[in-house]
Amino acid sequence: MSIYNDAIIAGFGGQGVMLIGNLLAYAAMESGLNVTYIPVYGPEMRGGTANCTVVISNEDIGSPIIKNPLSLIALNRPSLDKFQPMVQDGGVVIVNSSLVDMELADTDRLRIVGVPANEIADSIGNTRMANMVALGAYTRATGIVGLEAVQKSLEHVISAHYSHLIPKNAEALAAGAQTVN
Amino acid sequence: MARIFIKGNVAIARGALDAGCKCYFGYPITPQNDIPEFMSRAMPEAGGEFVQAESEVAAANMLLGAAACGIRAMTSSSSPGMSLKQEAISYMAGSELPGVIVNMNRGGPGLGDIGPSQGDYFQAVKGGGHGDYRTLVLAPGTVQEAYDLTFLAFELAFAYRNPVLILGDAIIGQMQEPITPSKPLAVDPFEGGSWRLEGARQREARILKSLHLTDGALAGHNLKLQEKYKRAEKEVRFEEFMTDDASLIIVAYGSIGRIVKSTIRKLRKEGYKAGLIRPVTLYPFPSQILKSLAEQGKKFLTIEHNMGQMVEDVRLSICGLAHSAFHGQLPGNLPTPNDFEQPIINALRS
Repeated sequence: MSIYNDAIIAGFGGQGVMLIGNLLAYAAMESGLNVTYIPVYGPEMRGGTANCTVVISNEDIGSPIIKNPLSLIALNRPSLDKFQPMVQDGGVVIVNSSLVDMELADTDRLRIVGVPANEIADSIGNTRMANMVALGAYTRATGIVGLEAVQKSLEHVISAHYSHLIPKNAEALAAGAQTVN
Repeated sequence: MARIFIKGNVAIARGALDAGCKCYFGYPITPQNDIPEFMSRAMPEAGGEFVQAESEVAAANMLLGAAACGIRAMTSSSSPGMSLKQEAISYMAGSELPGVIVNMNRGGPGLGDIGPSQGDYFQAVKGGGHGDYRTLVLAPGTVQEAYDLTFLAFELAFAYRNPVLILGDAIIGQMQEPITPSKPLAVDPFEGGSWRLEGARQREARILKSLHLTDGALAGHNLKLQEKYKRAEKEVRFEEFMTDDASLIIVAYGSIGRIVKSTIRKLRKEGYKAGLIRPVTLYPFPSQILKSLAEQGKKFLTIEHNMGQMVEDVRLSICGLAHSAFHGQLPGNLPTPNDFEQPIINALRS
C-alpha cells in the first residue's frame, strides 16, 4: 500500500516551525519511511512567515518542494492567509485558534482542525510549546506517523542541554492529539 | 548501518570525510556554508587541516598544493566563488592533479541570489577555466547521492589524476533526507607514489606543471589528456525512470530531475506516457542511452533551471534523430512539480 503525505508548516519566526518540521521528519524516518524536509528561505526570512515543507512516503520521494500540499499547519494568521488557498481540496489544515480567527478557515473546501495551541501549551506550563500541540493534532488528524514515534524523536531535535524539557514537550504533543476526534 | 537524517551540504562534507579527505580549504558563501562548518570540526579531529582562506582564489590554489602532495583534499563554494576558482582548476587539469571541487549552484549572473539555479552547467561541464581540458562532473539528485557521489569523486579524482566537480544547488544543499553512510575508507594519507611531491632524496626530481614550451611538448601533453578523457567515458552514470513505454523522454538533472519525477507520476495517472533520463554524470554525458532512445522513435524534452544549457548536449547526443523540445525554469523562481505539467503535455502533443 502506498503511504504518502506532504505538509507545509508555517508560522512566525520563533514559533518553532522548523523544529516541528524536523521532529516530524525524524519520526517518519524512525517509522521506516522515506522523508524530505526543506526550509523555505528567501525574502520570507526577514519578517513575515517562516515555513518548511515535509514530504513523507514509503516510496521514493520526487519533489521536496510542494506547491499544493495535502496538509498545512498554520501557527499564525499570515500563514493561513498565504497557504490555505494552496492546500488541495479535502486537505487537512491545523489552525492555531489561539491566534487565528476561525472564521477565516475555509471549512467548505478543507478539513479544518482548530486547536487552541497557545492556551493548551500554557496549561501544560509554557506557551512556547504551542508548536508541539499543533504537531500532536496533525499526527492524529493525518495518521501519517504515530504519536509515540514523534514523542520518541524529541531527543533528536532537543539538545542535551534542554533534555529535561522532553517530558513536557511529549505531554504537549499528546494534548494536541487529544483535541482531534 | 542505521540511517541518519542530514542536509545535502552535510552529506557532501561527511562523504568527503569518510572517503579519506584530509584537507579542506574554503571561503564562506551561501548556500554551501554547512560544508566548511562541518569540516572546521571534522578535519582537525581526523588529523587533517581546515583552512578558511583569504579568498576563493587562495582556497583553490591550496587545493592544488595539497593535491600535488598526493593528499585527498576538497574545496567548496557557490557560483560567484566558483568563477574565482577556475584558474586553479585549469592548472590542476593541466598538471594532472586530483582534487574535489563542490559547487552548490545559486542564481546568477554576477551575485544573483542565494536560491537554487542550474545556471552553471556550462561552466562546470564545458571547462570553466581556459584551455582544452575536462573535469568529471557529478550531479547529485538526492542527499544519499550527495554523500555517495562525494565518496566516488575522490576515487575518480585519483584514478584519473584529474579535478572532479560536484554540481549541486541550493535545493540539494539545504534539504534534509535520511541517508545510510558507508564504512569510512582507510586511505593512505599520501597517495600517488609515482608522481606526488615528497622531497626528491635518492631519486630523480619530479615536476608537476602545466607549462610546456619545448617543440611538440604541449601537443603531446594534450594528446595524453584527451586519451585520458576518452578512458573516463566509461564512468558515465544516469538514472532511468519509466522510459520503457514512454513516448516522451524528459532529460533533467539534479534537483530538477527529482522534481520532474513527481510531475511524471501525476501525469502517468492521467495517461500521459512520459519517462525520465536523469544524468548523474554531466561529464561524461550519457549520450549513448539518449541516442538509443531517439532511435526507438521517442520524443525529447529537456528541463533545466536555466534558459537552455544541457539541452545542447542532449541535441548533440540525439543527432537530429528525434524531436527535441526545451523548457527552462527561470533562475530566481523556486521550481515545483506543477511548473512542468503543461510543458510536458505540450511536448507530448507536439
